[in-house]
Amino acid sequence: MLTTIGKRLLTVLPTLIGVIIVTFLLTRALPGDPAAYFAGPAATKEAVEQIRVSLGLDRPLPEQFVRYVKDLGRGDLGNSLSTGRPVVTEIVSRLPASAELTLLGLILSMVIAVPLGILAAVKQGSWIDHTCRIVATAGVSLPVFFTGLLLVYIFYYILGWSPAPIGRLDAFTSAPPNITGFYLIDSLITGNFETFRASLSQLILPAFTLGIFSLAPIARMTRASMLAVLASEFVRTARASGLDNRTVIITYAFRNAMLPVVTTLGMVFSFLLGANVLVEKVFAWPGIGSYAVEALLQSDFAPVQGFVLTMAVMYVALNLLIDILYGVIDPRVRLEG
Amino acid sequence: MLKAPTPEVDVGTALPLLDIRDLTVEFATRRGVVQAVKKVNITLAKGETLGIVGESGSGKSVTSYAVMRILDRAGSIAEGSVLFSGLDLRAAPESDMRDLRGREMSMIFQSPRLALNPIRKVGHQIEDVLLQHAQVGNESVSDKAVEVLEQVRIARPKERYHAYPFELSGGMCQRVVIALALACRPQLLIADEPTTGLDVTTQKAVMDLVVELTRERGMSTILITHDLGLAAAYCDRVVVMEKGHVVETSPSETIFKHPAHAYTRKLMRATPRPGITLRDLLPEEETARARPVAHNPVLATEAPLLAVENLVKEYPRKGVSTTLKKMFGTTPVPEGDVFRAVDGISFQIARGESVGLVGESGCGKSTTSMMVMRLIDKTSGTITFGGEDIGSIPARSFATLPQRKRIQMVFQDPTDSLNPRFTAARAIADPLLRLSDISRGELRARCEELATQVGLPLQFLDRFPHQLSGGQKARVGIARAIALKPDLIILDEPTAALDVSVQAVVLNLLQDLKDSLGMSYLFVSHDLNVVRLLCDRVIVMNTGRIVEQGPTQRVMDAPEAAYTRDLLAAIPHPPV
Repeated sequence: MLTTIGKRLLTVLPTLIGVIIVTFLLTRALPGDPAAYFAGPAATKEAVEQIRVSLGLDRPLPEQFVRYVKDLGRGDLGNSLSTGRPVVTEIVSRLPASAELTLLGLILSMVIAVPLGILAAVKQGSWIDHTCRIVATAGVSLPVFFTGLLLVYIFYYILGWSPAPIGRLDAFTSAPPNITGFYLIDSLITGNFETFRASLSQLILPAFTLGIFSLAPIARMTRASMLAVLASEFVRTARASGLDNRTVIITYAFRNAMLPVVTTLGMVFSFLLGANVLVEKVFAWPGIGSYAVEALLQSDFAPVQGFVLTMAVMYVALNLLIDILYGVIDPRVRLEG
Repeated sequence: MLKAPTPEVDVGTALPLLDIRDLTVEFATRRGVVQAVKKVNITLAKGETLGIVGESGSGKSVTSYAVMRILDRAGSIAEGSVLFSGLDLRAAPESDMRDLRGREMSMIFQSPRLALNPIRKVGHQIEDVLLQHAQVGNESVSDKAVEVLEQVRIARPKERYHAYPFELSGGMCQRVVIALALACRPQLLIADEPTTGLDVTTQKAVMDLVVELTRERGMSTILITHDLGLAAAYCDRVVVMEKGHVVETSPSETIFKHPAHAYTRKLMRATPRPGITLRDLLPEEETARARPVAHNPVLATEAPLLAVENLVKEYPRKGVSTTLKKMFGTTPVPEGDVFRAVDGISFQIARGESVGLVGESGCGKSTTSMMVMRLIDKTSGTITFGGEDIGSIPARSFATLPQRKRIQMVFQDPTDSLNPRFTAARAIADPLLRLSDISRGELRARCEELATQVGLPLQFLDRFPHQLSGGQKARVGIARAIALKPDLIILDEPTAALDVSVQAVVLNLLQDLKDSLGMSYLFVSHDLNVVRLLCDRVIVMNTGRIVEQGPTQRVMDAPEAAYTRDLLAAIPHPPV
C-alpha cells in the first residue's frame, strides 16, 4: 500500500511543475501594471520605474521565473503589496479558516444527503424520493449569498439564536493556541470548551449555507449510483440468498455505490474551498477565497500566485486522498496501482 | 455424461416439493400491463431435476423469479399459487420468504462474475449467507466457509477464501456462486442459465458438479436454459415454454425422440448438432425451398486471399511501474513483463472459403481477428491480404485506406454494435458514406438493395435499433458489413446473442450471401456445432497457439490434438 502511495506521489510531480509554470505565467499575464498601481495616480514616471525595479519586474521573464522558483524552494511566496505581509503567513492563517468551514459544511451536507440519496433510491418513486429531489433542487438553485443572508436574518436577527456574523469568534473569546489552525480541534485539544462552543456557534450558519448548496450533487449522485447498483446482478444474488435488507443495502449496494459519491465529494470540496468567497463575505469569514479576490482586484500578484498554487496543491493532495480511498473501497483499483 | 437413474424420483404419489398452479405474472410497463407468464403449471418432485427450456421472452426466468419472489418492482404475481412443501409462497410474509431464500431454496445465475459482489472477498460473501441463516456461530463461520468452498472443488480453498471475484476465472466464479447457493443445504436449487457465457469445457465441469452435489444431497433442481441439448442431457423431465405458456412437458428421452408440440419440434430442428446440414436447421417447409449449399471447390493453385505468418501479439502487464517507464521513456519493458496473447500463428484463407477459428476464452482468437481486421497492431509476423502486406500498415491509419473496404466485420452483440441514434438505413449507409463515392441519390436505393439481400423488410429501414428485434439487428449488422462488397468478412460470434431459431435463419443467410457474393469468412466462435455447419476449414487455438487446423469434417470427426478431443467431448450430448 505504501509503495503504491509513493508511486502515486511520483506521478504528481509533473503536475506540480506544470502548475508552478502556469501560475507564474498567468499572474504575469494579468491586466494592470502593479508598479503603476502602487505608485499611485500622482506618481511620476521615475517613481513608477523605481517601484518596478524594486519589484524585479524590469527583469526578463525567465530570470523572474528562476527567482520565483528559488523563493518557492525556500517557502517564500513573496509579500503582498497592499498589506506588506508575507503571503505565506496570510495563507497559513486563512487556509485553515476556509478548510474548517468547508469541511464542516461538507460533513453536514453528507450526513443529510447520503442517507437521503440511499432512501430515495431504495424507495424510488415514493414521497421520500420526491422530497429528496425538491430539497436538492431548492438547495442548488438558491445562491449561497441569499441562503447565507436568509439564515442570518432568521437565526440572528429574528430569533437571536446565533451570534453576529463577524468571523470565526466573537469579540469576547480569544482564539485557541494554533495547533492545527482549526479552532474546533485546537480548543478541544487544549480543553477550552468555552472557545469550542463560541467557534462552533460562529461556524454553524456559514457551514449550513455551504451544506445546503452542496446537498444536490451529493444526494443526486448517491441516488443515481445506488439505483444502478440496486439493479445489478449481485444485489439480486444477495436477495436470492435471503440476506436481510440492511446487509443488502449497506454492505452490498452502498459500498459499491460509494465510488462515484467519493469522487463527487472530492470535487465539491475543492470547488467550495476556493469558491465560497460569497459566504466568506456574508459572514466576514477570514478565509482564503476573499483574500485572493481582494488581491486580484488590486493587481497584487504575489497573493494571487500563492492562492492558485495552494489551491492546486490542495487539489492534487485531495485527488491523491481520493485515489487512496478508492483503493480502500475497491480492491480492483488496488491491482491497477 | 452423468445420466444415472435416480431411484428416489417419485412423481405423483408423494407431495411434490414445488407445485406451481395457474401462475400468471404481470409487469406494469409504460404501454400497460403485460403478462409475462400465463397460467403456468409445473410440479417438481423431491430429488427431481427439471429443465425449463425456451427462447428469450418465453417467461422461463420470470417463472423462477416468481417462485423465489424476487421479481423486480414492476412485476407481480397476478394469479395462481406456488406451493413449496405445502407452504403457500404467494401468501407468505416477506420475512418468511427471506428465511426460505438461501436456506430452503437457492438460485444460481448466468454471468457468475456479475452475480458476485465485486468488492467483497468471496469467503465473506459465503459467510454472509451462513450467518444470515444461522447455520454456524460467529467463531466457526470462516472454517465452514472454507469447507463449503472445498465442497465445490475449489483448489486451495483457504487462499480462495480471501480472493475477490475479479481474481477468479469465470468457471471458478460460478463454483463460488454454487457454493453460495448450496451453503445452507437447501432443498431446491434453481439454476438460471448457469453456463451461458462459459466455455464448453467449463460448462461441462460446472454442470457435472451441480448434478453431483444435488443428487448426493437428494435436492430438487430446476435448470433454466435456452439449450435443449443441455437440458435433455442433465434433466429427468423437460418443460418447454413459449411466450409465457408451457407448451410441452415430457421426460427428456421422449422429448428428443417424439417431440409432441410443433414449437418443440421447431426448437429441436434449429439446434445445431452433428450429422445435419445448415439447411436442416430451418423449419421443414423452408428447407425444401432453400437452395442446397453450394460447394465451390477451392483451387489449390490460386494464391490465398489472406495469409498470416508467425503472427505475434504481446501485451505489457499492467502496473504503475510500466506507466512510469512509459512516461519517462526509459528502458524497454523487460522480458516476463509481457503477456503473449497470440504466440506465432500461421494460417491461410482462400477466396470463397469460410474458416472457423475456435477456442476457449483467452485463447487469442479475438486478438487474432482484431489484428487481421487491422484494428490493433501486431507485435511481429506478417499479414498478407490479396498479395499486399497489410500487417505493416498501422491500424490507426488503416480506417481511411481503400483496403478497409475489402475487410469488414460483423460483431458479436447486434445491439451494442449499432449506434442507438442511427436508423437501420443510416447504419447500413455508414460505410458507404465514409469509404465510397456513392451519390446521395443512389444511397437510398443501395440501402434498400442491401436490406433485400439480407432479408430485412424495407419498412424496418427507418427504425431505430431499439425498435428492432435481435434477428433484425443482426441483419442490419450483416448488411452494413457487406455494403462495400468486401472480400473477407470477420464474423465474431455473430449468433451468440441470438435465440436458436433466429440463429438458424442468420446462419443460413450468411451461407447464401457467401455463395452469391463470393466472399470469404473468418468465423470466430466457441460453439463447435455452429462452426461444423458453416465452415469449410477450422482452426483450433489454445493459449495463443494453433493446436490443430484442417477440413472441418476431419477435425471434428477425427481430431488429432488432445485439446480438440477435450473440446468436442465437452459438448452436451442429448440422449438421441
